[in-house]
Formats: sequence, structure tokens, C-alpha cells
Amino acid sequence: MKYARYVLDHLKKDLRLEWRSRDSINGMLFFVLLVVVVFAIAFDPASYPTMARQISGGILWVGLLFASMTALNQSWTREQRNQVLEAQRMAPSPASALFVGKALANMIFVLLVEVVLGPIFIVFFNLHVLGNAWLLALILPLGTWALVVNGTFFAALGLRARNRELLLPLILLPLSLPAVLMMVQATSGVITGDLDPIQIRTWITQLAGFDIIYTTVCVLFFETVLNAE
Amino acid sequence: MDRSSIIRTTAWLWLAATVVVLVLGFRQAIFVAPMEATMGNLQRIFYYHVPHAILGLVFPYINVAASLAFLYWRRRDPLKALSADALAVASAEVTVLFAGICLASGMLWGKPAWGIWWAWDARLTTELILWLLYVSYLLLRRFSPTGQTGVLSAVLAVFAAIDVPIIYMSIHWWRTQHPAPVFGGGADSGVDPAMMPAFLLNLAGWAMWGLLLIGFRFALERRRQLAEQEAALLAIEASLETPQ
Repeated sequence: MKYARYVLDHLKKDLRLEWRSRDSINGMLFFVLLVVVVFAIAFDPASYPTMARQISGGILWVGLLFASMTALNQSWTREQRNQVLEAQRMAPSPASALFVGKALANMIFVLLVEVVLGPIFIVFFNLHVLGNAWLLALILPLGTWALVVNGTFFAALGLRARNRELLLPLILLPLSLPAVLMMVQATSGVITGDLDPIQIRTWITQLAGFDIIYTTVCVLFFETVLNAE
Repeated sequence: MDRSSIIRTTAWLWLAATVVVLVLGFRQAIFVAPMEATMGNLQRIFYYHVPHAILGLVFPYINVAASLAFLYWRRRDPLKALSADALAVASAEVTVLFAGICLASGMLWGKPAWGIWWAWDARLTTELILWLLYVSYLLLRRFSPTGQTGVLSAVLAVFAAIDVPIIYMSIHWWRTQHPAPVFGGGADSGVDPAMMPAFLLNLAGWAMWGLLLIGFRFALERRRQLAEQEAALLAIEASLETPQ
């Protein structure tokens, strides 16, 4: 219970910081919007609805993956100002509470971006979802968490590195490839309606397994990374 | 004889034994082993491809074991931790090498057999992601700040080791085009007994070669660490001698 309160405090702090500046969300929103426009111009999906359905799941996740990476680096740079991170390291609260709070905050930011982006995506790609669209309400949070939990962790890991802006995608992309495969398959399966519901369910289960495994490992190792000397 | 000269002699003997085994394996694979029924001589790349694939999956275990040992000894016994770190970097580099050779020899086989260099099949994709993961591990070592390299890369090694089975499962479920497992597959699997000596000799030879490379890289990394420690000591001594 005490742990949950620490997590909540960190989450509130991050949300308040973001509310005051709104840097991450605005940056991500505009970035994903640009990705959607660029892909729409490159592939002209509005004229080919079947192809649009086949590729839109992948484009959506690629856009979100790149957009979340722009925000993840910022979320830790914030803590470096005025040596706040050093103070966090000395604080008696468990280090992983800081991590979980920040990962939840990043998750909320990316989910907000998805809520705004969803309708734009449907309009620009002329999408007509053929499968059970409600499943997306399950796939999107699970996939977002898979990206954000590892992303927050590795952004913290590369915090003191030389050219950390470059390091994060270099580590995060190969590690997230299985999760990307799972969420793109599940999303495309729902949008095209081609995939058997049992197969979609297996992809979602695998994604949930990925989330659980990596959340556990991140929480276990975060203190080591934070105090790496 | 002191310790270093014993190690040096052992290394030379090991190298000589490796070369002998590899030469015997080459003779078996190219001249002695029977021609495969459908693929003909093309199949002989199997004797090089499969040992590299197997060893490329074994060396990551050395890497993750050394990384866990590093994290365990980091506070308790820093000197032991340093040698664990050296072993981790040595095995990661050899993993990249072996996985790379496995990918390259697989492509050489795929072009005549399938008509394409590359297919996004389960085992090919898994091997490629394994290779990418360990390249990113080496990049992290290059980019990370001095003094934190060991900890950060050890943590990434644990993440990578967890990722490999997940990748295998998920992609296997996605699609498979690669030939079914030759060993331990179904009732149809297994090779002609006459092919076994060629395969086993090459597996042993390349395993010995990989271990030799790891040992060599380990010794090199240890020397680098010792030189670094000496330089640090000298710097401390020099700072003590300057008149205040």
C-alpha cells in the first residue's frame, strides 16, 4: 500500500510537470500526425482501401514507436535539471516506484496521443474496420505498455551516455521487435478481418505475456541501473 | 614455469588441436561424406552452417552467465567482477561473429536452394534479431559512460537473453519456411550415419575455435583493464607528489 502511494506521488508529479509545459504530448502529437501524412502521401491509401487496411496497423505502430521515443528521452532529462535525479537516488522510497510512476505517466501520454490520432487515422486512410473494433481497446493499451515500459527503462539506462538520443532507438528497437510483431499482427488482423479470432486472441495473450515479463524484469533491475557507477 | 607461459603453451596446443580437427572435418565434409539425394553438393554447406548456428545460440549463455556473475560480484568482489565483465564482452563479440557467419552461409545456401537470398521465415528472423541484439549490446558498450559500461551492458545482456526465447516463440508462430529440424525433429528427421562424422568433427572444431577466440579476447580485455588500473594508480600517485 505504501508502495502504491509512492508510485501515485511520482505519477502525479510527472503529470503535473507535463500539464505545465505540455512539451511531450504536443511534440508526439505533431510527430505522429506528420508520420501519418507522410505515409499517406507515399502509399496513397485512400484509393486502395484493401491495401490501406493491410498496412495501416503497421504504420500506426511504427508512428507511435518513433513518437514515443522522442518523448521518452525528455521524460528523464527533466529529472536531471537541478540534480533532481541525485535527490531521487538518496530518497528512502524504493527506486522502482520512481520507474513505475514514470512509465505510467508516459503510458498516459501515449494513450492520449492515440485517442486524438485514432479518428484522424481513420479519416486520412479512409479506413473501414472489418473485424471486431472493440478488440483494439485491448490491443492498444497492451502494445503501448510494451513500448513504454522498455522505453522508459532504457531511456534511464542511457541517461548519462554520450549521444543518448541515438542510443535509445539502437537498444529499444531490436528488443521490441517481438512486441512490434505481436501488436501489428493483432491490429492488422482486427482491421482486415482476415485473421481467425483464435489467432488474434493468441497474439493478444502473447503481448500480455511480453508485458508481464518485461515489467517484472524492469522493476527488478531499475535500482541497479539508477545507481550504476 | 610461471602461470603465463603455461597459459601460452596451452593456447598454442589448443590452436594446433583446433586446426587438426578442422582439417579432418573439412576432409570429411567435402570429400568423404556421401552426396545428398536431392540437393547434391550444395548440401555440404550444412556442415558449416549448422555448427555455427548451434554455437551462435550457445555463446549467448556464456554472455548472460558472465553478466549475472558481474552483477553479483559488483559490490562484493570488484576484481572478480572485472574478469566476469571481460568474459561477457568476449562471448558477445564471438556470438556476433558466429551468428553472422550462420546468416551469411545460410544465404549462400538459400539462393540456389530456394531461389532467394532471404526469406522472413521463423528461424532466419530469429537468428537475425539475435545478431541485432548483440550488435546493440556492443554499441551500448561503446557509447556508455566510463565506469558504468559493465553495469549497463550486463543489464542489457539479461534483457537480450530473455528476449531470445520470446522472439523464437512469437516468430515461429508467425511463419516457417526453413527446413524442419534435422536433428530431433519428427520420425523423418536425422541424417545418413555416413554424414555424422563430418558433422560432429565440424561441430567440435568450430566449438574449439570459438572457445579459443573467446579466451583470446578475454585475455586481451583483461590486459586492457590492468593497463587502465595501472594508469589510474599512476595518476593518483602523481597527484599526491605535486607540491600543495
